Amino acid sequence: MKNSIIRVLVAKPGLDGHDRGAKVVARALRDAGMEVIYTGLRQTPEQIVETAIQEDVNVIGLSILSGAHMHLFPKLMKLLKEREAIDIIVMAGGIIPGEDIVELKKIGIKEIFTPGTDTNRIIEFIKENVKVVR
Amino acid sequence: MAEQDRRRRMEETKKQWEEGSLKKVLNRFPERNKVFVTGSNTEVNRLYDPFDLIDFDYIDELNFPGEYPYTRGVQPTMYRGRLWTMRQYAGFGDAEESNKRYQYLLKNGQTGLSIAFDLPTQIGYDSDHSMSHGEVGKVGVAIDSLEDMETLFNNIPLDKVSTSMTINAPAAVLLAMYIAIAEKQGISSSELNGTIQNDILKEYIARGTYIFPPVPSMRLITDIFDYCSKELPKWNTISISGYHIREAGATAIQEIAFTLANGIAYVDAAAKKGLDIDTFAPRLSFFFNAHNDLFEEVAKFRAARRIWAKIMKERFDAKDPKSMMLRFHTQTAGCTLTAQQPDNNVVRVAIQALAAVLGGTQSLHTNSRDEALSLPSQKSVRIALRTQQIIAYESGVAETIDPMAGSYYLESMTKKIEQGAMDYINKIDQLGGSPKAIEKGFIQREIQNSAYQYQKDIEEKKRIVVGVNQFQSEEEPMKDLLKVNPEIEKRQTEKLNKMKKKRNEAKVQKELKLLRKTALSKQNIMPSILNCVKCYATLGEICDELRSVFGEYRESLKI
Amino acid sequence: MKLSDRIRQGDTRAAAKLITMVENDFQQAQKYLKELQEYCGQATVIGITGPPGSGKSTITDRLAKHIRKIGKKIAIIAIDPSSPFTGGAILGDRIRMQDLSTDKDVFIRSIGTRGQLGGLSRSTQAVVKIMDAMGKEIIFIETVGVGQSEIEVIKVSDIILLLLMPGMGDDIQIIKAGIMEIGDIFVVNKSDREGTDRLIVEIEMMLSLNDVRKRNPAIIKTIGTENIGIEELWQEVERLNVYLQDKGEMQLRRKNRIRKEIHDLFLENWQELFFQFIGEDNIENEVQKILKQDIDPYSAVQKLTEVFKKQIIKGG
Repeated sequence: MKNSIIRVLVAKPGLDGHDRGAKVVARALRDAGMEVIYTGLRQTPEQIVETAIQEDVNVIGLSILSGAHMHLFPKLMKLLKEREAIDIIVMAGGIIPGEDIVELKKIGIKEIFTPGTDTNRIIEFIKENVKVVR
Repeated sequence: MAEQDRRRRMEETKKQWEEGSLKKVLNRFPERNKVFVTGSNTEVNRLYDPFDLIDFDYIDELNFPGEYPYTRGVQPTMYRGRLWTMRQYAGFGDAEESNKRYQYLLKNGQTGLSIAFDLPTQIGYDSDHSMSHGEVGKVGVAIDSLEDMETLFNNIPLDKVSTSMTINAPAAVLLAMYIAIAEKQGISSSELNGTIQNDILKEYIARGTYIFPPVPSMRLITDIFDYCSKELPKWNTISISGYHIREAGATAIQEIAFTLANGIAYVDAAAKKGLDIDTFAPRLSFFFNAHNDLFEEVAKFRAARRIWAKIMKERFDAKDPKSMMLRFHTQTAGCTLTAQQPDNNVVRVAIQALAAVLGGTQSLHTNSRDEALSLPSQKSVRIALRTQQIIAYESGVAETIDPMAGSYYLESMTKKIEQGAMDYINKIDQLGGSPKAIEKGFIQREIQNSAYQYQKDIEEKKRIVVGVNQFQSEEEPMKDLLKVNPEIEKRQTEKLNKMKKKRNEAKVQKELKLLRKTALSKQNIMPSILNCVKCYATLGEICDELRSVFGEYRESLKI
Repeated sequence: MKLSDRIRQGDTRAAAKLITMVENDFQQAQKYLKELQEYCGQATVIGITGPPGSGKSTITDRLAKHIRKIGKKIAIIAIDPSSPFTGGAILGDRIRMQDLSTDKDVFIRSIGTRGQLGGLSRSTQAVVKIMDAMGKEIIFIETVGVGQSEIEVIKVSDIILLLLMPGMGDDIQIIKAGIMEIGDIFVVNKSDREGTDRLIVEIEMMLSLNDVRKRNPAIIKTIGTENIGIEELWQEVERLNVYLQDKGEMQLRRKNRIRKEIHDLFLENWQELFFQFIGEDNIENEVQKILKQDIDPYSAVQKLTEVFKKQIIKGG
């Protein structure tokens, strides 16, 4: 009996406490039948990568509004590479200016969702990009 | 008799209208929706008329401005006497840059400063802490020690300005630094004027910049109340904030219900400590959000004033009218700003600001159009300020007091919000007060449900957001977004290291030890913190000492 | 390197992948579990259960931190409910264990119940084995609540801590009815609250009804959020562990677990075989007949079973 379920880590790196978006997305993903690991505020890149590996998630979703993304995201991608875990898809959301989006995609962040994104788009993105054996 | 005749005539006419012309039109042209709701999903009737206000008692429910229950405003003349304070929240980079900005603002006639601190400062980390990387100077100014505060207020006479500081968990430390600078400027603390946000409960609920668990946090707050009632009589010791609760997704009713419930918790805590209500209650102030639904928002502000007045009088038996007056600052709703077609945000902000003014706010911050994309640029900040000025000087709404009063819709909505909020407050009382309700996750869950509902409504197009789920258009990405200089972190760390070499280390360690002792005792903690900051103990060192005594708060998941 | 070898060397990534396989495709995972079996049996498995709000995650976090000071390697299995409608879940127990997430000798895995009762206890047991083979010395299993299904899952443990808190009102009555018996140690958490003494008296009263030949479970007071009582709690766990070993009780428990495991695995294999053989069409056929009152469900199943039996005998 095969019973594959997509697993997503929803994480808040940085020090800002605005978790409305992260929680709305977490709930929407759950309602779309995924397992969402939610780790709360103030997560360091080390914590996020280690959690993603232990939980063997298919996707990491990062939410940040503090403006520290250009510092924290590259660090996180570097750690993922070191741990040979770049098969985990990384997506992000929050207040991220257009020019930063270009840079972040270059370092391997697969998609960036700005404020106002429909949660269905995020769900579709995950389903399209995660290859789960059924 | 005449009254009854008039009423009968009204009833008859209404019936005729309903069965006649209204029915005819409805049959041919059905309305756009089956049910109409406000921005907060409260049902709105087709029409409001005198029947909605049949038991309305002017004196009980509104009364004249400056009179209990203050529904129409806390002063007898309101904006005819003095306009609201246009207080734009600002601060970025290091203390030097911010100081330049403040001096510029003051030269241009601004009398109130509103200081934004960066996140490490708000969470009690120095700029060289590992958690601070990438955050230093980002969303506000970085303060590590008294030295930074000295720079921040260089050439600013503290007896001439009123300073609002958005600081919560380490509020006592920043306030102590402010007092220490005043002392250096030769100004008595009794002359200091300003506000600290100092509202920890909403940090657990919505904003997330907490440090310590609830019990020691409440002690820090009541220590500040106590200290200020003696030493800083003109200081607003707390700004009980609904703003962030609303941003987290609460409805209008939830915003004021949870904020006032927090207010009750602070008053309870202070009373338990033995403080006389009329010594500290007049220094409590509030901070609300102004959202898009114009009438609902105006009603919300009026309802909040009425509820608080009744709570203070009836529940806490306050005697001083000032204890019963709800004074508040307003900020327009950041969560309504769209990244799509950002210029549209100027219009949203204008409507929201109008609501705040029609609701009788004491001060106002208007958001900038580009804040869904980045920190606001200088140009956007100027448009935001001009928006307030146009409302003040061109719209005419400031020329008479509470101009929307008496509107059938507004008064009905005010009543509805009051009832809705009171239902919540009663529920929270049953749960044992707001700290308990937060611990149980009740308040967080209620807010998250509203936030989720709001998102679903947008996705199902039950709610239209212009430019987001309808009326989209291709657009050029916005240019001239503000960038914070990444060198600041390095500069700030260097300054910190240099300062540490200069200070009297033995004295610092001694004062920190004494602070620890006070923290473990029941004594007021303010004097010890003041001694620490004076010998240049850093914010991080002071907070670490307190962390080791009080522990750290950990959120729990309530989805 | 083989997956099982990597796991034995403590490779987190490999272990995490195999756990996913256990959850998603147990038949395939068995291949690897077989290879790990001989390296299992070293860890002490501690179940932590109790009603919602009793502070299970906090106590787990505090105990884990305490044990880390002694230097032992730890794993935590945190179970949260899946939605019966969508199969999705929000797994949020790690939120209380943030400081542990970068300790390389701590492995935390969140698991959704995925709506399959027997399946959950079976996969939990498999996850325990993987962690055991990795070299984790203490393995915690933290359950959702205190229902019957949780009891089945928690029975995978060597020692069970039952968390209670004062101020539950009549809840204790409900708890008594089913799960009080499974607690090896009673933990009264949040014991700075009103009603602590009363709760302890109630527990003692209830325990006095127990079989007199059995050792009465200890009652330990804790305040998880303030790290109070944690050391005492761990001492009691160790004491009990020695006691159970000495009395041969631990051996008995392990034996029972193996028996149950065989039972579960067997049942699942046969179940799958049975439904494969009978096929959805045949079942639908019987449903129609029952609807038309042509047959009763008892006879229908009897009939299908007979067909199955004959086929098995023929095939064998």
